[in-house]
Amino acid sequence: MSKKLLSGPYLIWMAGFTVIPLILILYYGLTDRSGAFTMANVVSIATAEHAKALWLSMGLSLVSTVICLVLAYPLAMILRKRNVGKGSFVVFIFILPMWMNFLLRTLAWQTLLERNGVINGILTALRLPTQSLINTPGAIILGMVYNFLPFMVLPIYNVLCKIDDNTIYAAQDLGADFWQTLFRIWFPLSLPGVISGITMVFVPALTTFVISNLLGGSKILLIGNVIEQEFTRGSNWHLGSGLSLVLMVFILASMALIAKYDKNGEGTAF
Amino acid sequence: MKKTKNTLKRILEDFYLVLIMVFLYAPIATLMVLSFSNSKSRTQWGGFTLRWYGEMFESATIMTALQNTLVIAFASALIATVIGTAAAIAINSMKPLSRSIIMGITNIPMLNADIVTGISLMLAFIAFGISLGFKTILIAHITFNIPYVILSVMPKLKQTSKSVYEAAMDLGASPLYAFFRVVFPDILPGVLSGFLLAFTMSLDDFIITHFTKGAGINTLSTLIYSEVRRGIKPSMYALSTIIFAAVLTLLIITNFAPQKKFEK
Repeated sequence: MSKKLLSGPYLIWMAGFTVIPLILILYYGLTDRSGAFTMANVVSIATAEHAKALWLSMGLSLVSTVICLVLAYPLAMILRKRNVGKGSFVVFIFILPMWMNFLLRTLAWQTLLERNGVINGILTALRLPTQSLINTPGAIILGMVYNFLPFMVLPIYNVLCKIDDNTIYAAQDLGADFWQTLFRIWFPLSLPGVISGITMVFVPALTTFVISNLLGGSKILLIGNVIEQEFTRGSNWHLGSGLSLVLMVFILASMALIAKYDKNGEGTAF
Repeated sequence: MKKTKNTLKRILEDFYLVLIMVFLYAPIATLMVLSFSNSKSRTQWGGFTLRWYGEMFESATIMTALQNTLVIAFASALIATVIGTAAAIAINSMKPLSRSIIMGITNIPMLNADIVTGISLMLAFIAFGISLGFKTILIAHITFNIPYVILSVMPKLKQTSKSVYEAAMDLGASPLYAFFRVVFPDILPGVLSGFLLAFTMSLDDFIITHFTKGAGINTLSTLIYSEVRRGIKPSMYALSTIIFAAVLTLLIITNFAPQKKFEK
């Protein structure tokens, strides 16, 4: 079949620019500067400095993911309810912010959170004590939730839209109350979207170095910052690759989760 | 009693929607306001001015970065659309096993962390002996754009019926002619939305560009990042306000125009 030949350019491209690059990270991560095999780069995740950055990243991204889920689920349910007959307008409103340069949007939070910023200005006007908001772990969590919330809303919303109203009516006719319907019907049926959303928030939050840079000041180091610095300043690429391999474990785990819970690709965001 | 409860519920839901909207749009509104403020301070309003809009067009750095960003976004989206659409057609005609393997590879750039994609591409470019610059940003953007195109085109391809294509061939059309006259119009909405998705992803990317750009070339994202320490020039806010308005227009076209025609 000549049709299959059409995938040729794509397969060559993916081999050259996705598969080989990942193999190179593996190679760099498992060798030292002289090219000899070593586990030192990967094991260095256990040093106090790196382990602290990893734990902090995991903590912050976990909290952000939970907040995103808690905010997004009711949001997706309301959107599903309101969307009837309104086309994609509502979703469109929620996607739109994603398209303004994400660095500038995150920087705008600096303006809002700063000591003399907008939020403290409002607090002062209300005669309330000002808060120190910027350069705290809380500011980083806010930045993560802000940037990645759409990636949680969209997959959940897409899956919720596929649930037949009659399933819900049946549950209600059989006497299920709101919470029973939520946990026994809505939630299990929307699991592919939830899992997809969780990975789409958790992975970028875990690996970010930009949000921590912009909203956390220079004092808070996440694992993404450590890796970025190894490549741009420290230029120990082997160490940076080794630490990236550790991150890959989390990414692979998410891929496995998606493969398990979202076999038909229902939970895609776009 | 029930009616009041429902009204109350509706008001609560509306309130929640508004709250989320404020959360999502507050930074954007802030940037827009700052773009008109006659003060370099990020926190003080200095009176209304259009000065930054003028300075923006006079700044060679900003204009070069804008040009790079747009050229890379357009070229990478176009090339990704061609490669991705061809791939989607091929994948669609494959057996389930090879199809799921290829779709698995397609998912890698989407699920992978940007920092890992960026670093791995940088290592590959250096290993292949390609010097970092415009070329490498373009290749990197094509790489992460192709999956968006494939995922947009695949659902449309699944909806097309094979027999129409075969009927065209039976009536004497060459495979190429049959494709462009019969199959292509059906999948066009998917191709277009794939292109626009790819364009926007490229426009908004920072992390992958950061690692693959090399010295001496900037896109808007990397220019903004390099200005963070010194303080962002308000002309950047002016530009971002214009871009936001442009993207808004673009999205209104993509979201509303095809839907009316193709929704059944």
